[in-house]
Amino acid sequence: MDATHLKITAVSKHFGGFTALDGVSLEIARGERFGLIGPNGSGKTTLINCVSGSLRNDGGSIEFNGEDVSRLPAFQRTRRGIARSFQIPRPFASMSLLENLVVPLEFVVHRRSLHGADTRGEAMALLQDMGLAAKADTPTSSLSQVELRKMELARAMAARPQLLISDEAMAGLAGGEVDEVLEILFKLNATGITIIMIEHIMQAVMRFSQRVVCLDAGRIICEGTPESIVQNPDVQKAYLGA
Amino acid sequence: MKFWIPSCLLLAAATAAALIVENEYFFFAGYTVLMFVVLATAWNILGGYAGYVNFGTPAFFGLGAYTAAVLFKAFALPLGLQILAAAAVSGLLGLVAGVLTLRLRGIFFAIATIALVVIMETLIINWRYAGGATGLQLLRPAPTLPFDSYIKMLFVLMGAMAIGAVALARWIEGSWVGRGLRAIRDSEEAAECSGVPTLRLKVFACVLSGALMGAAGAPMPMYLSFIEPASTFNLNYAIGALASPMIGGTGHFLGPVIGALLLSSIQQLVTVTISSELNVLIVGVLLVLFVVVAPEGIVGLVRKWMRRISR
Repeated sequence: MDATHLKITAVSKHFGGFTALDGVSLEIARGERFGLIGPNGSGKTTLINCVSGSLRNDGGSIEFNGEDVSRLPAFQRTRRGIARSFQIPRPFASMSLLENLVVPLEFVVHRRSLHGADTRGEAMALLQDMGLAAKADTPTSSLSQVELRKMELARAMAARPQLLISDEAMAGLAGGEVDEVLEILFKLNATGITIIMIEHIMQAVMRFSQRVVCLDAGRIICEGTPESIVQNPDVQKAYLGA
Repeated sequence: MKFWIPSCLLLAAATAAALIVENEYFFFAGYTVLMFVVLATAWNILGGYAGYVNFGTPAFFGLGAYTAAVLFKAFALPLGLQILAAAAVSGLLGLVAGVLTLRLRGIFFAIATIALVVIMETLIINWRYAGGATGLQLLRPAPTLPFDSYIKMLFVLMGAMAIGAVALARWIEGSWVGRGLRAIRDSEEAAECSGVPTLRLKVFACVLSGALMGAAGAPMPMYLSFIEPASTFNLNYAIGALASPMIGGTGHFLGPVIGALLLSSIQQLVTVTISSELNVLIVGVLLVLFVVVAPEGIVGLVRKWMRRISR
């Protein structure tokens, strides 16, 4: 099997006259820990919205496991193994924490074998992994920020993805909480899941990623190991405006 | 069983009452109340669970009524078949309207459903066979035994339909379909990314909701022995179908039932004792009151009290 897991080729996206993505090409290998950085408004979230299917790219193609998924609706992509968390947590507010995880279990994992499937048990096991088991029956409206971030990851994981896109799962968290989330992501990666991390907390991206790409104004300005990226003058210019 | 035993007892009691009580008026009024139970329950499937506010109830209801009337005029079809045909035709309208409009979110969908009512009414007004703007006079056949009056028979029939509609809503609420619809209401994007086929599920809810509304409208021509467009496509049906779940509570299948029983009974009472003009005002006042004071309706209030007691 080809080692390329996700292949993004010349993807562009326009919002009216504004070019959010301008011919972005990327290849991500199976099992890779990949970091995506860039200043505010550089197109990071737009790119992963195009990958997850929340947006349709205007040009180019997105191949997942060798299949062009760029015209598929988001739920089909989730069923093929692409899951994501949201930057601003979007819990199903009318449900308990546990029920939030039951949704992907019912609609992705067990959709052909719902009868007899123990979706609640599986959701509980996932919550245990995340250290959220005690909050299973809590309505999502009374969860803390860090709990909501973990809920986002747990819900994405409930879809049993091959590729997990973590969109700023750590923004606004305290130092110890960042470590907690990082540890979860490392653990998931160890089970063979490819992870794309979008993050503003440089320390976290640098520690986590094997390879980093930096976007600026919808283009890739630089790609390499975390160490080489920090040294890169283009990246420093994009961030510091110097 | 917790649902079916009380339901069957209620239906048996309604049948017994229809056979014993002489005065037809109670059944005439009761029919309307039960009809609103069906309409409110149907509305709640799309409006309550999925959060897509539908003002198009009269379009589905009226299309059902006209389907029944036209089939009766053309082929003298029995009532049971009229209802089935009405449900199918209104369900089809739900499919077409759903595919065309459910890509729109929130307020835009609501506006599109209002347009649907106007379109349907205009079509019927211009259809001569269906009586056009003046309407159709229909002659009721003899009631089926053991009933001695057609109205009493329709009352029991509508009771059975109400139970069927509530049973369907209850199944949806407890199943993966209901969870998917609630996920859509909470966050459509997160639902889609959790594998929920949002458009498909919304269209399914719209078809089911439309079919039930059409079925609720089907006995109307026989109930009145008459049908005409202005009252059949009346926006009061939209308001009643929307206000009842809002007042009763949209989150639970009993919400629309409680809301419709309360609201329609008050309306019937006011129509007889005070004036038929005032009953619309009462809906408005109650709706505003509940939206402001108890947005989760009566069911929400009861739940809050129970939680307080258990503490």
